[in-house]
Amino acid sequence: MKGHVQIWFFSGILLLVYGVLITGTGVWELSHPLANPPVLNNLHAPIWWGAIMAVGGLFYTVKFRPR
Amino acid sequence: MCFAPFTAVALLFQAPIRESLVHLGGIDIAVIAIYFAMVIYIGFYLKGSANTSEEFFMAGREMTAWIAGLSFVSANLGSLELMGWAGSAYQYGILATHWYWIGAIPAMLFLGIVMMPFYYISKTHSVPGYLHLRYGDAARGLSAVCFAFMTVLMSGINMYSMALVMKVVLGWDLNFSIWVSSITVAIYVALGGLRSAIFNEILQFLLIWLGALLIPILGLIEAGGWENLKHQIAARMGSMQYTHLWSTTAHFRDNPMGIHWTGLVFGLGIAISCGYWTTDFLVVQRVLSAHNLRSARMAPIIGAGFKMMVPFIVILPGLLALSVLPFHLVPQDVAVATGQHSYNEVLPLMLVRYCGPGLLGLGVTALIAGFMSGMAGNVSAFATVWTYDIYGAFMNRKASDSHYVSMGRWCTFIGVLVSVGTAYLVQHAASIMDYVQGLFSFFIAPLLGTVLLGMLWKRATKAGGFWGLFAGTCTAIGLFVWVHFNPAALRYVAFSPDAKTMAEDMYRALWSCSACVVVTVIVSLLTQPKPDSELEGLVYGASRIPEEHDEHWYQKPLVWAGVVAVGFVVLNIIFW
Repeated sequence: MKGHVQIWFFSGILLLVYGVLITGTGVWELSHPLANPPVLNNLHAPIWWGAIMAVGGLFYTVKFRPR
Repeated sequence: MCFAPFTAVALLFQAPIRESLVHLGGIDIAVIAIYFAMVIYIGFYLKGSANTSEEFFMAGREMTAWIAGLSFVSANLGSLELMGWAGSAYQYGILATHWYWIGAIPAMLFLGIVMMPFYYISKTHSVPGYLHLRYGDAARGLSAVCFAFMTVLMSGINMYSMALVMKVVLGWDLNFSIWVSSITVAIYVALGGLRSAIFNEILQFLLIWLGALLIPILGLIEAGGWENLKHQIAARMGSMQYTHLWSTTAHFRDNPMGIHWTGLVFGLGIAISCGYWTTDFLVVQRVLSAHNLRSARMAPIIGAGFKMMVPFIVILPGLLALSVLPFHLVPQDVAVATGQHSYNEVLPLMLVRYCGPGLLGLGVTALIAGFMSGMAGNVSAFATVWTYDIYGAFMNRKASDSHYVSMGRWCTFIGVLVSVGTAYLVQHAASIMDYVQGLFSFFIAPLLGTVLLGMLWKRATKAGGFWGLFAGTCTAIGLFVWVHFNPAALRYVAFSPDAKTMAEDMYRALWSCSACVVVTVIVSLLTQPKPDSELEGLVYGASRIPEEHDEHWYQKPLVWAGVVAVGFVVLNIIFW
């Protein structure tokens, strides 16, 4: 795969974008509570799960960025 | 290797129309749309690196062990499989885990350690291609035609199943799901070939884990940990058998699957599992794309490590549902009649239970990605086998390389179109699903006997290979027809009238594989073998396996296979 962007870079971009979107949604829900919240909504899973994805995505995006 | 949910999914179509399980918001739609955009972009991006047949069909044989390994396990990690086995876990308990552990891990390790060197150093493009080198054109032709035919039908069935699930879970129109997914798959596979399919399988693998992993994490928090979960299930179901792997398999009647440990070990663990993981070209093709022999050996071992963890996102949600859902799920036929939720809806139900906007879109994207990559895997394997083992072998042997690439691209489109046709055909005759999955399993188990004898026994001959494969396939079909028309024959086929469908499948696979081996041995002993010089690179004892020079002991495939094997044994003991 010489000279090509690696799959890990694509994966990183996707995770980063998803992570930002999901974390943003979780933060938004803090001030705009859901009418029908899921079970264990008090744990704010979108915020920390999205953040984990964003950090992992950022790491892969930077590490495998095209040079 | 899961075909069980097809019938159930077919029944979904007959279910009364009710409100969809999931309502997607704008953010969820955005998550799905981003996935589609990424997939198509990757196809266009990789178009320039699929110009030769080696690049288009074998991804240039440039994949690292990690990419080949994740792709190897991902090609089998379809959404239908995930939903079906989560439903089986709800229905049968932890016994469903056998299909991920004994039904996969030993076979994957065997592929990496014993069989991969012969596949790899023979430089074959496909499993039928190996049969050609070892046994000649007759065995290759039989294998290739069966595989190509069944693969494209399976792709259509997957497509139809996806459309049904999208209809039930999201309320999407069947035609919309079928055409959008098939056009997307056709674009990215035709443009980028196997490399594009593999790249998307890696994305799918990540999405499935990220989309599904929250369910067991939050579920265990809600249930109060594993020990509490076991007690809650026992109290609710009135039995401890739902959380034990082996202790209830001493007799067919002692467990809800109607299964015996001999069937699990010999039928599932050897005949079915080895047949699928070591000879089904759909998965083996991923490993053949590795960039050197060491990577090719490591890929199935890495895949086995991840496969061993899949029950955490598939089986555990099913078990959690037994404890935390406020209502009982029912068999599909009851769900159709009463409008209740069925076992097969357990994964979407658990997704909705714990995931709000955004995370819900991620979970649904994981399901869509699983379906699409399964379809892409079938179509790319079909294009390879058609082009190399049917068209190139029997119709046009002397075409240019660019002609074969062009044929591969056209095959991709034709394969997708035939799949769409199959999807619509199945819509009007759902029972076809059962016969197609049956036919597929008929062929896989005997193929194991043929390939294994070819690799491990120098004396196996061209005639022995063909007639063994033919006899094994006929045995499987014969046993199926016998039990179909005379259910009492089950006592002979599966050794017990109490055996159920899955047990019957296991014993039928065992019989057909055994018949293949016996016939191959007898015919081979009666016919003239090839000289050793013609078996170089194909058979144990007649081949020089290239030495691998690992710098450290911990880089050796055998060491990692040992680590995975120990993990496998420990897990089986823990959940005994």
